[in-house]
Amino acid sequence: MYPMIKIEGVRHAYKTKSGPLPVLDGLELSVDEGGFVAVVGPSGCGKSTLTRLISGLMKPDEGMVMLHSERVTGPRSTVGMAFQNPVLLEWRTILDNILLPLEIVPTKLSKKEQQDRARYLLSIVGLEGFEEKRPSELSGGMRQRASLCRALIHQPEVLILDEPFGALDAFTREDLWQTMYKVKEKEPFTGVLITHDLREAIFLADQVVVLSGRPARTQYVLDVPDRGPADLEHLYTPEAAEMLAILRHQIEIAQGRAPAEGEAA
Amino acid sequence: MDTLRKILVPTAAMAIFLLLWELVVYLNGWPNYKMASPSDLIPAYQKYWSLFLTMGWQTLWRTVLGLVLAIIVGTALGMVMGFSRLMRDALYPLLVGFNAIPKATVVPILALLFIGQHDLNTVLMAFMISFFPIAVSVSIGLSTLEPEYRDILRSLGASQAQIFWKIALPKTLPEFFGALKVAVTLAFIGTNLVEIVSPHGRGLGALFDSGKTNSDYPLMFAVLIALGFLGIVLYYLVVALEKTFAGWAERNPG
Repeated sequence: MYPMIKIEGVRHAYKTKSGPLPVLDGLELSVDEGGFVAVVGPSGCGKSTLTRLISGLMKPDEGMVMLHSERVTGPRSTVGMAFQNPVLLEWRTILDNILLPLEIVPTKLSKKEQQDRARYLLSIVGLEGFEEKRPSELSGGMRQRASLCRALIHQPEVLILDEPFGALDAFTREDLWQTMYKVKEKEPFTGVLITHDLREAIFLADQVVVLSGRPARTQYVLDVPDRGPADLEHLYTPEAAEMLAILRHQIEIAQGRAPAEGEAA
Repeated sequence: MDTLRKILVPTAAMAIFLLLWELVVYLNGWPNYKMASPSDLIPAYQKYWSLFLTMGWQTLWRTVLGLVLAIIVGTALGMVMGFSRLMRDALYPLLVGFNAIPKATVVPILALLFIGQHDLNTVLMAFMISFFPIAVSVSIGLSTLEPEYRDILRSLGASQAQIFWKIALPKTLPEFFGALKVAVTLAFIGTNLVEIVSPHGRGLGALFDSGKTNSDYPLMFAVLIALGFLGIVLYYLVVALEKTFAGWAERNPG
């Protein structure tokens, strides 16, 4: 079976005034169908570039980005995206915001079916009753929930989450982690989560990829054992503590603050 | 209660203003040829009412036509500058320079270019003086669109046109209406400039000019008040449009 997302030998540099700035150099990533990979790494190491590559918003200078064993050459409707900024359109109701992708992507659903699906997604994330509200009437966490629904409305195969919970307070963030479990159960997807939060990474993902500092390559891959239903207690087990210690150490290596010889793999 | 307040407060403010004006003129003992007072205006309106109606209409339609032109050209310029860095760099200095030119100096140029075309000259001046804020606001609205907004649609394969209609345009509307409010008052200045300066002009500006020639101060002030009134009417028309099309941008304070 081919992996859903496969990235091989990707190199990419941005053109700047002072010459090319390499951001990715030797990036490898493979996510099986239904898998959920978290990508962590030092600030500015090219994590967001990675999301733009997978979504086809950008082409790498070298290497291959494959979705469903097809080379990504441009944007495709089988991808859903959510960012740290929920970017809801203020002039639309929550329901119409969520329906936005269906105005771009061809759909077989009737207007009624589209709305039913949007309402269903809203109920999964706990936003029933907010369909006719404006984004400005919602809290930050609620907006992010709505943004998730919009990313899922067209039933994408791949969901890309670029630090979606980064701007939320700790309690709201943990709430949303649990919501993600519910979403994944009801609306299965293959996911890539960019995050700065190691606890978030081991709580949500089944594999954590550590990128090195710029230019980023895949430095370390940690498999997270299956841990059953959503329960924040998972974060307070000895196994979790060990995984967090490994990841923290890897980040230090990536930041150049710890010598690479000391790899605790 | 709320609507009552919305009407009552501005009306009361207007009444207080007129009273103060009357009082200042009265206390200083200024004669009519120095400064007219509100009580002098009523006879002026009574005497020239039909002139006010025809001249007011002329001023109004030419101003509105100039504004419509300003909206079309201003929006187009704003779009060009908003979407292209190159065009922004190229056009901004030109526009700022043009806007800095006192428009009174353009009146004779227009008059020579289009001799006798009083309507055209007036409309053109209203347009020239009012398109700038519209162009600037549209261009800023478009160029400051956060990339994420573009990306959510672009990652689904949306075209540039779809991004413009679904996101860029509605997102720019609040800035657009803000600029339009400025443009409305500017357009009146443009119209009247031509009406006052050109010989044999028409419209309220010409009425003002004839008041000047005849030293009819109450008439001159009556014209100014009429102009202010038209400005207020157009302004609230824009406010109503804004409520309809960009009402979402308004937040309830508190």
